[in-house]
Amino acid sequence: MGKSLPKALSSKSTFAWLLIAPAAAYLCLIVVWPLLETIRLSFTDANIGGESYVGTANYEKLANSKKFAATIGRTFYWMFISVSLKMVLGLLGASLLNAKIPGRAAFRVLVMPPWIIPIAIGCLGWLWLYNGQFGLISGALQYVGITDGPFEFLAYKQSAFYSAIVTDVWVGTPMVAIFFLAALQGVSTDLYEAAYVDGASRWYRFRRITLPQIFPVIVSMALLSAIWTFNSFEIVWILTEGGPRSATTTLIIDTYKTAIASFKFGPGAARAVVIVVLLSIFAIVYMVVLKKLEKRFGSK
Amino acid sequence: MMDRYSLLEKIGLYIAIGIFLIFILLPFFEMFMTSLRPLDHLRSAPYKFWSDEFSFDAYSSMWVTVPKLGRYIFNGVFIAGAVTVLAMIFIIPAAYAFARFEFRGKALTLSLFLAVNMFAGAVLLIPLYRVLRTLGLLNTYFAMIIPGAAFLVPMGIWLLKSYLEKIPKELEEAAYVDGASKMYTLRRVMLPLAGPGLVVVGVSVFIGAYAQQYLFAITFNQNSDYMPLPAGVFEFIGYQDVVWNEMMAASLVGVLPVMLIFLFMQRFLIAGLTAGAIKE
Repeated sequence: MGKSLPKALSSKSTFAWLLIAPAAAYLCLIVVWPLLETIRLSFTDANIGGESYVGTANYEKLANSKKFAATIGRTFYWMFISVSLKMVLGLLGASLLNAKIPGRAAFRVLVMPPWIIPIAIGCLGWLWLYNGQFGLISGALQYVGITDGPFEFLAYKQSAFYSAIVTDVWVGTPMVAIFFLAALQGVSTDLYEAAYVDGASRWYRFRRITLPQIFPVIVSMALLSAIWTFNSFEIVWILTEGGPRSATTTLIIDTYKTAIASFKFGPGAARAVVIVVLLSIFAIVYMVVLKKLEKRFGSK
Repeated sequence: MMDRYSLLEKIGLYIAIGIFLIFILLPFFEMFMTSLRPLDHLRSAPYKFWSDEFSFDAYSSMWVTVPKLGRYIFNGVFIAGAVTVLAMIFIIPAAYAFARFEFRGKALTLSLFLAVNMFAGAVLLIPLYRVLRTLGLLNTYFAMIIPGAAFLVPMGIWLLKSYLEKIPKELEEAAYVDGASKMYTLRRVMLPLAGPGLVVVGVSVFIGAYAQQYLFAITFNQNSDYMPLPAGVFEFIGYQDVVWNEMMAASLVGVLPVMLIFLFMQRFLIAGLTAGAIKE
């Protein structure tokens, strides 16, 4: 078949481009074009009725809004806390699942459900757990006497925010743990055996062999997880819809509320562009800082 | 020898795993307990840990309360399956190109693909809505399948590329020497060798597609015939009352098919990931 193709195709790079073209075209249609369109819309007052050019008015409004500044801060705080917890719990979980003890195979399977089931279904479970009147957690707290009466976890600013974080961590940790587990298993046993023979303790082996060896995986996982957590929509939307009094409104929730729930496409698009810009800056800073650290502290 | 644990260490390990698993499984446990209780019992404070009236009634009445429940369950699995097939059609050739060929702009192209991860669907909803309307796809299965697959393609390419890079080049070169074309080599030499890698990527894409249907479903589809479970299950929230016990029963039954499939696949998943999919 290859022989009948025109000669140009036999060049390796042309063939490579041909293989990439379908995916590239598809992403152009579903991601790149909508992105450009979002940028264009952000300079308009587009709504259900129509649209007209308004210059940078949408952005000026955002820049002067204290509420929006608070939303940005809240989103980064949300991302930082949640991703840190996912990384620590993921690493801890992976190490536990990697221990050679009876029941290991079963434990591995039991950890995965939050990752596999639809996020929305898991959120329903948490919604019910957080219920003050009839929920298990509030009930247990009353039973042991920590609280006198029912406690509505999602009704107060602080508790709603951290409840949403717990759910987000619950959804995100299993996948992180499984990927870390795979990385742990990829570490050569020779290294451990050599260290063991030299009398290194388990903790020492973890710090000096395991961590450096799987460090690249942790780094890329943390970045991916940060981006996903930043844009995490379903969990907050189902638990609180951004409330109470905006306590759980992250940028993505604010964007959805503005654009889809209130049909203010222009201002919504401006918020979407802010998200993309902030995330790009974050990703670049993250990678630059990492390179610098790597240089300073030698290889890994 | 090195992996021997003292009795104390073992007890510690099991306690730690136990705490971890309680956190992970608590919602499922409570969902199950809720599904067994009569509704008026759920609506009584203070919270009771045990009930004398446990029954499986909700598991039969839920099909009456939400008549299309079976359809929703099917739709969820069907959409995730279709997304997986569509995504793999784009992932396989692109991953092969990135793994095997050197060409100008390769690193840049790859980073552009990965940058797609930054644009979650929620950011692009407005224009996506217009694209789908222009194509006449709103309120069809495609409204959920087409955008759903796009955001899983970059991750899939990345995973599969890393896996393919682990397959020795010599095998392909032998095929070339024997006069096989590039297409033939991809189909007959690489694909069979990449089997485990394809399973890993396929399962990961399916999980991603199955887990994240909610947003596109509530935004791009109003037709209840095409609604997947994550959106349909909210029909148990009525105007006056939430039928919690049936909603929990429906949630558990609804995810059961995928859980069972996964139970068979998880061995390959961990083994495949370990085999090199993510090691750089």
